[in-house]
Amino acid sequence: MGKVFIGCGAGFSGDRFDAASAVVDTLARCDGERFLIFEVLAERTLAIAQRLRLNNPDAGYSPYLDAYLEPILKKAKTHKIRIVSNLGAANPVAAAKRVHAIAREQKIDDVKVAVVLGDDLLGVYGPEEIQKLPTLEGISLGDREIIAANVYLGAQSIADALALNVDVVLVGRTTDAALTLGPLLHVHQWPTDDWDRLAQGTLAGHLLECGGQVTGAYFADPGFKEVPNLAEVGFPIAEIDATGDLVISKADHTGGLVSKATVTEQILYEMHDPGNYLTPDVTLNVTDVKLQDLAADRVRVSGARGKPPPPTLKVTVSVDGGWLGEGEITYAGPNALARAELAAAVIWRRSQILGIQEPLRVDIFGTGAVHDNDMSARRQKQKIPADGEYRVRAAIRSVHKKTAQQIADEVQSLYCSGPAAGGGVRQYVSQQVSTASVLVAPDMVIPHVRVELVSA
Amino acid sequence: MSSIVVPLHAIAHGRAGDKGNRSNISVIVYDEALYGLVCEQVTEERVLKIFSHRGASQVRRYELPNLLALNFVIDDALEGGVNASLNIDGHGKTLSFLLLGELTVKLSRSQLPDGSPYVS
Repeated sequence: MGKVFIGCGAGFSGDRFDAASAVVDTLARCDGERFLIFEVLAERTLAIAQRLRLNNPDAGYSPYLDAYLEPILKKAKTHKIRIVSNLGAANPVAAAKRVHAIAREQKIDDVKVAVVLGDDLLGVYGPEEIQKLPTLEGISLGDREIIAANVYLGAQSIADALALNVDVVLVGRTTDAALTLGPLLHVHQWPTDDWDRLAQGTLAGHLLECGGQVTGAYFADPGFKEVPNLAEVGFPIAEIDATGDLVISKADHTGGLVSKATVTEQILYEMHDPGNYLTPDVTLNVTDVKLQDLAADRVRVSGARGKPPPPTLKVTVSVDGGWLGEGEITYAGPNALARAELAAAVIWRRSQILGIQEPLRVDIFGTGAVHDNDMSARRQKQKIPADGEYRVRAAIRSVHKKTAQQIADEVQSLYCSGPAAGGGVRQYVSQQVSTASVLVAPDMVIPHVRVELVSA
Repeated sequence: MSSIVVPLHAIAHGRAGDKGNRSNISVIVYDEALYGLVCEQVTEERVLKIFSHRGASQVRRYELPNLLALNFVIDDALEGGVNASLNIDGHGKTLSFLLLGELTVKLSRSQLPDGSPYVS
């Protein structure tokens, strides 16, 4: 069996919409089985999608499905580049129907779409059963409204879907790496206990799943780490042969770069114990991984090792998280810091006068606020230039929308009732989703997982 | 040979990620010859101190010599994490540069890269 080429077209919901096109053009020239993945499903994204589906049974898939697939569906079909994505979100069947509609609009014949179902625990269990499960965070789900509860499925069901000889596989919640490992299991037919090869495939998926983060995006630090043409950063392509040999490269004629440094940053991204990265397919160990520069923008990644996965599956439970209220205002020029400090003090005093009990945070941007704590301890101690440009931001979380709005309004009122020359007020009041993780036995989930063809 | 104290940023790069109220920050040296020095000086204790004002309770360091990297896992540094934080950067994505900027290393001037802005 030859090489498998897997490109990534998006690394998060809202990633650059035109990045996939150059990946498809490059894949079209590769000699082997070709796949294109889109990873667009953060924990909160799925919860929001679930809410949309409750209001409308035809909704609840990624709102960006059209934006990602319309530009490339025809080219992908022409060149037999199969698409694997979690654009299905809370409603993979509706997403599949939308793909068929796009195919009709673009006069693409004979597009076959399969979905993986069964990650949605609310489809099988009542909220009261899910509320009883202990969370890894140690918090009680109590009687909070459960918006979504989705298990991280592994790669096998994606491989099963590809075995139906489809052009597009849409899933809801799987591990991000499964979007890559699924095609590899399908093509290379690796035994599901060939731990080291599953580890290489999972590492390939981990490197692809954030799109440009392995090809020079989220990397540039001018004067220290230079990245050519970041505005047109090329998205990654992994080449994996049947032995698990893995090379990371990127779309041709694009910006960005693939180097040992870019790959190393992404290997360790969101990784805790590098010897035990847990997935439902394999426990990945990257401590002996070696990188080798093969050519410009081509890095070989070898030495991932695997051992059996943990005995339980992880479920993300999303519950109502109340409201976040924020307001911002800017002070600039001579003595700006003192005016910003006064504005902050006024907001604190106003929250007392209004009887607001919830914890409040008031930042001054320009003073290292994101690195500071809720009480601005570092700002109090540091010497900060008196003149300049400072932006005050107040933030509060509350179960009451009214309280969140009050703090946003207090910042707005600084226009006429605050220190001199405050400008550029922005207010945000947004509904929040909180997430917790629970572990479940596979037999609670796997019997309900199924693959379905969705016809036009 | 004259020695100099510089921020870790002069000789290493890194990236921060989050899971819940736990942050992980990689530290990767540019120059292989400095990996040992970084292992010696960039300790769990010193990293914990940098995040103490954020409520960090524990730091675990993992060594990856093949990758010229250290991986720090910092518990309770995200003010509750993206679920609960009032920080505009609830994920702590900017924290890699807090570590690179605040943590200093002592080395000889000749060990800094040519043209480093930290030489003066």
